[in-house]
Amino acid sequence: MIEVKNLTKYYGPVMAVEDVSFSVKKGEILGLLGPNAAGKTTTMRILTCFLSPTRGEARVAGFDVSKEPLEVRRRIGYLPENAPLYLDMRVSGYLEFMAQIKGIEPAKRKKSIAEVMENCGIANVSSRIMGHLSKGYRQRVCLAQALLNQPQVLILDEPTLGLDPKQIIEIRELIKKLAGKRTVILSTHILPEVSMTCQRVVIINEGRVVAEDTPQNLARAFEKSNQILLEIEGPSSEVASELAKIPGVLRVNLKDSLSQNMHLYLVESEKDIDIRRELSSKIVHKDWGLLEIRPVSMNLEDVFVKLVTEEKTQR
Amino acid sequence: MRNLYSILKKEIGSYFISPIAYVVIGIFLIICGYFFYGAISFFSLLSLQASYDASMQAGINTTEGLFLPLFSNMSLIILLIIPLLTMRLFSEEKRLGTIEVLLTLPVRDGEVILGKFLACAGVFSLMLTLTFLYPLIVALWGELETAAVLTGYLGLFLIGIAFTSLGLFFSSLTENQIVAAVASFGAFILFLTIGWSSEFVGPPLNKVLIHLSILNHFSNFAKGIIDTSDLIYYLNFIFLCLFLTSRVLESRRWRG
Repeated sequence: MIEVKNLTKYYGPVMAVEDVSFSVKKGEILGLLGPNAAGKTTTMRILTCFLSPTRGEARVAGFDVSKEPLEVRRRIGYLPENAPLYLDMRVSGYLEFMAQIKGIEPAKRKKSIAEVMENCGIANVSSRIMGHLSKGYRQRVCLAQALLNQPQVLILDEPTLGLDPKQIIEIRELIKKLAGKRTVILSTHILPEVSMTCQRVVIINEGRVVAEDTPQNLARAFEKSNQILLEIEGPSSEVASELAKIPGVLRVNLKDSLSQNMHLYLVESEKDIDIRRELSSKIVHKDWGLLEIRPVSMNLEDVFVKLVTEEKTQR
Repeated sequence: MRNLYSILKKEIGSYFISPIAYVVIGIFLIICGYFFYGAISFFSLLSLQASYDASMQAGINTTEGLFLPLFSNMSLIILLIIPLLTMRLFSEEKRLGTIEVLLTLPVRDGEVILGKFLACAGVFSLMLTLTFLYPLIVALWGELETAAVLTGYLGLFLIGIAFTSLGLFFSSLTENQIVAAVASFGAFILFLTIGWSSEFVGPPLNKVLIHLSILNHFSNFAKGIIDTSDLIYYLNFIFLCLFLTSRVLESRRWRG
């Protein structure tokens, strides 16, 4: 549905993105992940035909963004960063204007507008002037605008920016519901968002793609050891030394002390072996209290930080 | 065509949602009314004198005695008022970031530019139409040369929309409305007065300067003469400004 090949964009002498390639299949939700100023917004602006690439090509729904921008724009819904709106217009008037320009037939306009207002939870502010709306509502009005006319491709630049936790969950649910029906690219620098909503992640740093995979695979690929978190009641020095004797254990770290006799330990073991059984039998054997045992998997956040810092040290 | 209409409607709407249109039209009418009062007072004084002096009577008519000075005053007020209408057209979209939404909709740049231009020209036309009250008053109590006055209005209309196109161009260059307005003011004044310097330069440059002067092309209209070369000048002017605006929008895609 979306194909990006060797995309490069310079702002004068300043490189924004270089040699970015990825593709998105129909019905997939792709997360563009990267620190600030990594080139996420530039990539999205090129896909929406707001900017022209310096080199390389991008195709959306089979149309080249440089050659047939109108055909591309007919098939996308775009939520720019910071949700820009005409602050002096009313919500209903704005959506009416957008519906007209997006070519929704007059007979269907009312219904489509009511539908997106319902989906984005803005029906109750339809007659308000947008300049008077809170950031969260503005974000949702702009999202509603992007959803109008049921575009095949949705391009969302930081869709949950400025929302409160409840609204964030609602918007994520809304985006997840679109999976399968619409192709979605969303950018974010909030990592849990990606693992929660996206099927695939492209990590961009300093204008280059540094990784591309599913969130789970990314996390797994970067795990060099298994980690298990234990909460044990028992003398800390003895516990640590006994646990370290178990075959496969690489390191035992005392993470936290909850009380004089209760401690949290992080046990690192070799990759691909499960030592939970050995741990628990040892603890029971020693007559300590096993209060909690839980494998800790590396989350996307760690992967991200690792990737971004590894990049730097390599160059 | 449908997109052009939607944009036009939205732009006109935004003039009237905010106080801009009411304030600008209101101030314009107050100042014009003041000038009309001055012109008509002067004209009645002149008429009174002519009633004692038969030799003066032949030269007195409302077109030259009343509307010619009024129109030249009005052209100056138009110069001051138009930048206030045009400054927000693109600058505000740029500042708010809404231009990113607008230019990623399935519309051509040309439709956006023309829609904004026509909306502003429409508000200006409304403003100008409201001053039809003055010839109407003259027609009720005096002699009005209708065709000549209408030609004068055509001239004012052309000056106004020419300024609109130039103001639109400056608005597309910057996201700061004040900058857009000040640049427009400067350019308008330059185009009004560029003919003056023709006296100090030799041929053939002086002819070029006179031809560039907006005022020079307006004076014929004010006298009631429609010269096709004047018409072509204004149409050229507008076309060039709209074309340059479209180039600015286009270049933004490359520059970023």
